[in-house]
Amino acid sequence: MSLAIATGATTQRNWLEKLGPGHIILGTALVLYPLVASDFFLTQIGGYSLIFGMLGLSLMLLAGYGGMVSLAQITVAGIAAYAIAILGNANSNILGLGWPWWLAVIAAVFAAALASALIGWISVRTEGIYTIMITLAIATATYYFAQQNYAIFNGHSGYAGIRAPAFWGIGWRDAKPFYYLCLGLAALTYAAVLYGSRSTFGMTLQAIRDNPRRMRALGYHVTAHKVFAWLLSGVIAGLAGVLLVWFNGRVSPGTIGVDAAIDVLIIAVIGGLRHPIGPFLGALVVVLMQTFAIDIVGAERFNTLIGMVFLVIVFVSPDGILGLWGRIKPHLAQESLRPGP
Amino acid sequence: MRMHRRTLLALAVFTGLTAPSMALAADDTIKIGLLATFEGPFTVLGEDGERGAMTAIAEMNGTVAGKKIEIVKGSSDASPDSAVRAARKLVEQDGVKVLVGPLSGDEGIAVKDYAKTQPTVTFINGTSAAQDTTLRDPAENFFRFSTDGAQWMAGLGTYAFKDKGYKKVATVAEDYSFPYTQVFGFMAEFCKAGGHVPSKSWVPIGNKDFSSVIAAIPEDVDAIYVALGGADAVNFLTQYQQGGGTAPLIGGSITVDQTVLTSKGKLKDVLKGTPSAGPTADTNDAPAWKAFVEAYKKQPGAFPSPSLFAHGYYVDMKATLLGLDKVGGDVSDGGKKLREALSTLSFDTPTGKVSLDKNRNAIADIFLTEVTEGSDGNLLNKLVKVVPQVNQTLGIPEDEFMKLGAVNRDNPSCP
Repeated sequence: MSLAIATGATTQRNWLEKLGPGHIILGTALVLYPLVASDFFLTQIGGYSLIFGMLGLSLMLLAGYGGMVSLAQITVAGIAAYAIAILGNANSNILGLGWPWWLAVIAAVFAAALASALIGWISVRTEGIYTIMITLAIATATYYFAQQNYAIFNGHSGYAGIRAPAFWGIGWRDAKPFYYLCLGLAALTYAAVLYGSRSTFGMTLQAIRDNPRRMRALGYHVTAHKVFAWLLSGVIAGLAGVLLVWFNGRVSPGTIGVDAAIDVLIIAVIGGLRHPIGPFLGALVVVLMQTFAIDIVGAERFNTLIGMVFLVIVFVSPDGILGLWGRIKPHLAQESLRPGP
Repeated sequence: MRMHRRTLLALAVFTGLTAPSMALAADDTIKIGLLATFEGPFTVLGEDGERGAMTAIAEMNGTVAGKKIEIVKGSSDASPDSAVRAARKLVEQDGVKVLVGPLSGDEGIAVKDYAKTQPTVTFINGTSAAQDTTLRDPAENFFRFSTDGAQWMAGLGTYAFKDKGYKKVATVAEDYSFPYTQVFGFMAEFCKAGGHVPSKSWVPIGNKDFSSVIAAIPEDVDAIYVALGGADAVNFLTQYQQGGGTAPLIGGSITVDQTVLTSKGKLKDVLKGTPSAGPTADTNDAPAWKAFVEAYKKQPGAFPSPSLFAHGYYVDMKATLLGLDKVGGDVSDGGKKLREALSTLSFDTPTGKVSLDKNRNAIADIFLTEVTEGSDGNLLNKLVKVVPQVNQTLGIPEDEFMKLGAVNRDNPSCP
């Protein structure tokens, strides 16, 4: 009996130690955040940042571990979003097949992952800037196709009136449940990416990023590994797309336009590509700037201010906010060693 | 020490998330949200809309019912998503109880849908002019004192057929709800008079290359009806002229608007003589219009004559202020009194009397115009005829009008 408790305590301590104090504090803060935040800050800032953080995370997985910079992440999310609208309960007098929400979600994420794998399969034949070009081409083509196709995508106006499901007596689009839903999925995908990066597959992927020729010579199937990474990133982007369409209650080509595609890249670059927390930091900065810049400098020049802030971040630290932290950290460590004044 | 530093980071993030959520309004001010396109392809249009709204506020010396007016601006890029996001920020974060906007068609439909979820906030349209914003499934708290795109076309179809003698017309328009509404308004009259529209081209907003569209226009049409806005109109007209196109044009309301007429280049020869219709006419010599033009010109960066967007935002902002004045600036009852005051409001604008129908959509005068060169070399819309008090069903009985169906790419049709 006492033995059992003792082992329980040790494993628990180990588990806590593994998690690290930073994660615990951040996690607690995020869980308690609804106590102090207004509904607007919960969903429009908190939820929205987490959704775009997940999108950035799906790009970070590809770019950080696989060395493949994609501009098509929002397209993948858009496919999930449109799938939810088409299979679910949109009220735009077209399609809206009325599937139960859980089936629609599974199908949407599956479709997104498949589409992502397909995009990956096309683009793994290229490297560097050519990957960016080909994914940009795919994103733009999808945008214009959605804009002009009425049979499936309902053209410029897209789908409206999409409701998040209500079950267990909770309406999941209400501020608090929606925030926790976003937080839960974001934490899950974050942990999965962190864990995955240390797994055999993650290590192999990073090795392929660093030297694909050697990995090929060692007998690894480079293309298969890369396409699988695309599939995984598609699952994350697909989940983000489902949250995004529940958040907006609507989806239209504007959601998956080139502007949005570039936003995702900015989020990942601003945040930093070396650690999965980077995209979430980047998303927070970008969402705060896009929401409040207009209050700071007025309607005429607010986009200039947003651009300037991004420029400064990248100028000061080419590794984004994460890199900034990496630079300050040694200074702080030195500080504690110095004698007092 | 590690722990200590991480705590700092977490705290910094945490406080950053929560701190700015305090927004308090003093008792002696009244907050009005102003939503327009300050980014994207319709930026120029949005900025002129703002000038119009500001003209109305300047007219009241910046106060209403003894309270100071505080304008909180929101920006969209003409996509419905961005409009709803901006509206949400104004309502849920800045706490406005009265919101004026948006500018573009599909934005209007999206904001109307959002209005249904915010019954205590009063929404007054900017210049969005899609028919279904108010005609089908309207929101109780969404008001449109500017008219819709089909109303703006009143008189044009008949004029093109009878006076200009055009029998066959091709249309080129952007692919969303507002141009559908405009084409509907034009064709309703034109087809009824006996005209035919053999070809309709729909192009995406922000299109740059129109060569395939121009090639697809049939050779034997008498004229081309163009309903494009801002940069799209300039691009199409330039490329059509360079491609050697010679067919005369018929203009949608925002195609021959000041936002396009003032653009630099060789468009003058193409545009001169183009008939159009809309809620304004530059050479209108009614004293009220002239006074409005003078007041408008005091705004920084103003055009030689106010655009349709300046006019629309002016009328809607003016109505908002008149409504607020009637209820003494009191919206503490969830805006119930304000909405009652607005529904029964009827007032004289620079372009004649405006009142609302049961769907809270305006009934107003529409101006039939033709593009001419002014004495100073600027292109102007010369007033040809005023069509008085056009309602949303274009004078057709409502049940008959509803039978025509919702506007879209294929409706109406008379090939």
